[in-house]
Amino acid sequence: MDELISILKEIHPDVDYSTATNLVDGKILDSFDIISLVAEIADTFDVVISAEYMIPENFNSAEALWNLIRKLQDDD
Amino acid sequence: MHNHVLNSLKTTAAKFPDKAAFCGENSVLTFRQLDEAVDRIGSYLLKEGIRRSPIVVYMEKSPEEVAAFFGIIRGGSYYVPIDAEMPSVRIHLILENVQAPLLICDDQTADQAAELGFTGKIVRYAELLETTIDEAALQKVYDASIDTDPLYVVFTSGSTGVPKGVVGCHRAVNDYIDQLSEVLGFSSETVFGNQTPLYLDACFKELYPTIRFGATTFFVPKPLFMQPLKLVQYLNEHEINTVCWVVSALTIISTFQTFKTEIPKYLKTIAFGSEVFPIKQFRMWREALPDATFTNLYGPTEGTGMCCYYKVDRAFEDGEAIPIGRPFDNTDIILLDEENHEVTKESGDQGEICIRGTSLTLGYMNNPEKTAEAFTLNPLQKGWPELIYRTGDIGRYNERGELMFVSRKDFQIKHMGHRIELGEIEVNAQMLDGITGAACIYDKTKGKIVLFYSGDKEEDEMKVLLKDSLPRYMVPNVTRKLPAIPLTSNGKTDRVALAGMI
Repeated sequence: MDELISILKEIHPDVDYSTATNLVDGKILDSFDIISLVAEIADTFDVVISAEYMIPENFNSAEALWNLIRKLQDDD
Repeated sequence: MHNHVLNSLKTTAAKFPDKAAFCGENSVLTFRQLDEAVDRIGSYLLKEGIRRSPIVVYMEKSPEEVAAFFGIIRGGSYYVPIDAEMPSVRIHLILENVQAPLLICDDQTADQAAELGFTGKIVRYAELLETTIDEAALQKVYDASIDTDPLYVVFTSGSTGVPKGVVGCHRAVNDYIDQLSEVLGFSSETVFGNQTPLYLDACFKELYPTIRFGATTFFVPKPLFMQPLKLVQYLNEHEINTVCWVVSALTIISTFQTFKTEIPKYLKTIAFGSEVFPIKQFRMWREALPDATFTNLYGPTEGTGMCCYYKVDRAFEDGEAIPIGRPFDNTDIILLDEENHEVTKESGDQGEICIRGTSLTLGYMNNPEKTAEAFTLNPLQKGWPELIYRTGDIGRYNERGELMFVSRKDFQIKHMGHRIELGEIEVNAQMLDGITGAACIYDKTKGKIVLFYSGDKEEDEMKVLLKDSLPRYMVPNVTRKLPAIPLTSNGKTDRVALAGMI
């Protein structure tokens, strides 16, 4: 989780990711942020996020994204 | 005979009155509704005594914004579209440059508009539509128009920190749309899925052909560009058959293996540009849509839009670049070396890509110095004054005689489809309190803007501060604090040393 937070912080240092739950709906992350985020996640956690998981619900909070990463790691 | 860009709107509105012209998330305008709105907006300007003036459009992306653009043209003035999400610092620079008497906003942007410190009159779009159409006054404006009159000013990144406003005219837009439509085969059957913002020239590919042919344009909702599966479903739902997108928007679909689940089955015409298309990604598109045509487009804002094209007609190896191809009909490309001599096709040597022809825009708004630097006399032809536009792009011809993009002469980059002067980022960083030096490098392999700086701000703080003055696509992805910016022996920023640090 800490690793994920530091990736997110690199994109927007001014966001408190422990509380934010509207990262996509609140337009904090835009599409280009998400694309670079997914690339970083692939490098760091060795998981591929495919199209079906690219939905706002999975990116609205650090926790939701972390849960997705763990799920994808378990599926492997 | 007038070569007015709106000539086709009347005929199209008569032919397809109830057909949808522009479809947004919250509203649709048919050709009849569009034509009527355009006449009302034109009449409003004339009633206010406004002619031949820049009019700022500060609205959310919508069919109504397009009606505002065309209404301004109908009234004999020219539109200046401004991104509602741009930081106010940058908007100020633009407003100062154009000195517009009127700003059009909508209900969503009205509060922000009031805070801009705009010195002219601010009016809401809805108010404009209450104006009675004054046919006689509109006819008079039409009769007096010529095709070198301006249509728009669109702003692009400027290396000195101040954005440059490119002024375009009827004649150039007409010519551009003629050539583009022939190459891509637009017709009344065309259903566009627009991706590019309305505050840049990129959207001309949809806006003008839509009224010319009676086609339909859907504005693809922005959030879909982070949901590839829903994006493809949207394209299918609206039976979109034509897209002219930046490469990064197309690769969002291919990267996430979307084609395994859903194919954008109505797509027949795919045009792309502004960036290099990674061949691996391109191949996925080709395999998913073997019957579609893929066309690479190339051109600067100063050339009204696109000026060269290449219809992909062969397979490419990994790492190979797709050519820029050849100029549109009625446009000429010349390559000039550093001594202003022509670089021939046969030599295969490199030269600066320069554009000659009707598609040239009129220059930069209220900026004679920058205009004179980029729009110069053709050094190959001394008999009379003939302007060319020097793109700053270096190109060469390959062994097949196709034009290839090689690199930039300066520090302009393409990042996520946006044209950015690294100098603009550096100037904005240097303007921050406590910053003693700044230099920007583009990390091409990772697609990241890296800002090196010296001063008393922390790395995270720098990003946050720069958000106040730069559009979000220009905010550095990485900020690196250094004791001092390395310099070369003659005192310039040592970019080689910096590149070695990324």
